[in-house]
Amino acid sequence: MNNIQQKAKELLESSACTLIVGYEKGTGGKARPVFVRKAEHAAKLIFDESCDQNIAGYLYRQEIKNETKKAIVANHSTLKSIVELASENQIQDGGFMVIAFTKEGEIIELRTFAEIEKHVATLYHGLTEEEKVMMKKLEDMSLEDRWAFWEKEFSKCIKCYACRASCPMCYCPTCTVEINQPQWIPVPSHTLGNMEWHVMRAMHLAGRCITCGQCAKACPLDLPIHLLTYKVALDSEQYFDSVAGTSVCANNALATYKTEDHENFIR
Amino acid sequence: MERKLLTKDSYKLLINKLISGKYQLVAPVKIDALVDFRRINSIDEITEDYIVTVSSAKSVAFPRNEKLFGFEKHNKQLEQTDYDFDSIPQTVLLGVRPCDAMGFASLTSIFCWDSVDKIYTTRLERTIIIGMSCAKADASCFCTSVKGNPGNTAGNDLLLTKTQKGDYITEIVTEKGAKLVAEFPELFTEDKGAEKEPLLAKVPEVFELDGILAKINSKFGDEAFWSEQAMRCLGCGACAYVCPTCACFDIQDESHGKIGQRMRCWDSCGLSLFTLHTSGHNPRQNQGQRWRQRLMHKFSYMPDRLNTVGCVGCGRCSRACPVDMNIAEHLKSIIDN
Amino acid sequence: METQNIYLPYLMEIEKVSEEAPFVKTFRLKFINPEDAESFSFRTGQFGEYSVAGVGESTFCIASAPTRRGYIECTFRKAGRVTTALSDMEEGSTLGFRGPYGNVFPIDEWKGKSLLFIAGGIALPPMRSVIWNCLDLRENFKDITIVYGAKSVADLVYKEELRLWDERPDVKLVTTVDPGGETPDWKGEVGFVPTVLDKLAPKSENTIAIVCGPPIMIKFTFPILEKYGFADDMVYTTLENRMKCGFGKCGRCNVGKTYVCKDGPVFSLKQLKQMPDEY
Repeated sequence: MNNIQQKAKELLESSACTLIVGYEKGTGGKARPVFVRKAEHAAKLIFDESCDQNIAGYLYRQEIKNETKKAIVANHSTLKSIVELASENQIQDGGFMVIAFTKEGEIIELRTFAEIEKHVATLYHGLTEEEKVMMKKLEDMSLEDRWAFWEKEFSKCIKCYACRASCPMCYCPTCTVEINQPQWIPVPSHTLGNMEWHVMRAMHLAGRCITCGQCAKACPLDLPIHLLTYKVALDSEQYFDSVAGTSVCANNALATYKTEDHENFIR
Repeated sequence: MERKLLTKDSYKLLINKLISGKYQLVAPVKIDALVDFRRINSIDEITEDYIVTVSSAKSVAFPRNEKLFGFEKHNKQLEQTDYDFDSIPQTVLLGVRPCDAMGFASLTSIFCWDSVDKIYTTRLERTIIIGMSCAKADASCFCTSVKGNPGNTAGNDLLLTKTQKGDYITEIVTEKGAKLVAEFPELFTEDKGAEKEPLLAKVPEVFELDGILAKINSKFGDEAFWSEQAMRCLGCGACAYVCPTCACFDIQDESHGKIGQRMRCWDSCGLSLFTLHTSGHNPRQNQGQRWRQRLMHKFSYMPDRLNTVGCVGCGRCSRACPVDMNIAEHLKSIIDN
Repeated sequence: METQNIYLPYLMEIEKVSEEAPFVKTFRLKFINPEDAESFSFRTGQFGEYSVAGVGESTFCIASAPTRRGYIECTFRKAGRVTTALSDMEEGSTLGFRGPYGNVFPIDEWKGKSLLFIAGGIALPPMRSVIWNCLDLRENFKDITIVYGAKSVADLVYKEELRLWDERPDVKLVTTVDPGGETPDWKGEVGFVPTVLDKLAPKSENTIAIVCGPPIMIKFTFPILEKYGFADDMVYTTLENRMKCGFGKCGRCNVGKTYVCKDGPVFSLKQLKQMPDEY
């Protein structure tokens, strides 16, 4: 962990960076995002197992997106989101630097999309064992049981949109739910409206979700909404060979047209 | 204030009587790793293992969705079905923390500001609030910084404080509370005079409220200050929705064919389109301005216009926030900077 | 209507639809329930929430004068979801109305003074209420001058009213269109409202100025008034902001600690200057 503080101090002192987006210790010892601009504040930075939050979304944040000398301390999910955002033209090649750690704990600096993509290829892609168990449980349920499961979960949802706010792939300035001509998704947080929201979001993430689970971590009610987006991610992989967060080139199965596509309605 | 004693066994009897009686009983219930208010049918569902419930008690008077009235279209004509005030059930809300209970005063000041929201007031009138003092607090609690405390009676009809033996000191705070006690006289016995103070959690003061109130207005124009504080804020509605005093709402119509209803539902000033005009102009275009509105509303505008601080120090906002926007920390920096 | 539900609207029937300008319409509304018609009253400057069941509510001023009983009028431009639905409604249809909300133009305080009304574009509707109210009490005021401008001749609203005001010997009306907005037979002024106002060189002595228009017009009109000696507490305007409830509870319309729906929408320039520049 000390190396991140040292690295940050060097970068800021030498003016190689003017801003470092990373993690600091927050309330009750939890990690939270931090924005460090001065070398003397580099001591705030931490990087350990508690830093599991996906912070890639800050790269395109209104206040800092145009800063060319920014760096981001990237854990695995942040890295994969960066690759996915790159493929969707939401961030600039060379517009920021990534500070990441190798398996051995060595600090590395990645400056281009190519370098980031190469490093991400060395990382594990897929669900954790615990997540695999939860997914199997759901998949083994009958259709009625699965519907009842989700109905119960969504009856609790308060439509705070913390899931949307914390997902780096939800960058639309005007979300579908905020369009009222027509009102596609109802605003009030009743069960049906909540279900429509979550299912719609999962569909909009098809082929784009990197299975970081940030949405579920952000949810104040601990709803396992990540299982929905994970399922769509797994389906995208199975049916379209589309794995999000692996290539900086546009390759989203549901947004990319290839002449070899066998559906003929678009010809 | 009159005090009685509710023994461990009488407490159980009281709950069972309430469940089987004319009241709808709402109490904290364990839902996996979280604790939240739910309507209960058995005493076994209730848990006392929580600092605060994840949602606040405000739902009992200000639910997240409220059908204001119904309508049915007949060609060019419209028929409206008014709100059925009689349908609001008599409710007992059990296990409310003193911070939550204090929050009702804030909500009431808004919903009764000149015009009276009868839906809110009727719901609150028909709710008996049985509070539970706090024996534990955590790093997010700061009630003592906003003139609250873990044994505060304000806003409660009855306040219970659990003793070492498992009995409950019962403070009768209001007429409504007295009436409930009078319904079950055999269950409430003479107060033994146990000291309440040692049974309460210790919540250290994080900031001096008067200092905040005095200084916050001068910070209004300091754009960099608010922008810095709000830099990690994601602009979701989690803090507003779990907050016992946040009352901002949206009004939305829903209809299927000719039948529909007008709903009032929770809204948050932190959401980017909260103040968006149809013209496309948005007076609060960045998160710094929206964060400023949140803090100014609670610690400047409400004290100025309604004589009440819009915060009870429950810390829910900080706990619910995906990026730990710890409001107490932010408030403290207003004084420190 | 007997109700304690402050969210429940009066039911109104659209008696008359008038096309004012492209995308701008005026509705004359009558209360469906005769008891409501009897008991309803409002004062000039106040606004309401007009609703289309199943679509939502929209905030407009009451554009008719309180001196004319039995109906209210509103004028709106088709802009978003609710105004689009309103634009599609025909005479005989039912819509909802909640109100009156907000504060009022203090016309009692203006007795014995001259009045200078300055309006631009779609901002004439809130002024129309106070203009007619004052004209209906004409003997209370000295000189009445109305300066009104729009982008083009087609965009002028209340064309019929403008004709009536023009014909009155006890009103001085100056209409203008933006440069390029005139038609070959246009007889009024050509120029932006602030410019025309400057040319008019209004006298400020014992005169109240009431201004309403798009932000850009207001921005350039206030300095002109200042130039001619209008004190801040002799200049009034009416503001807009995003609203939902209209009675200070939904938390949306505040500028600092001032709630446009409760403390406004009518403000004097003196009050405006005390409000923060930002929200």
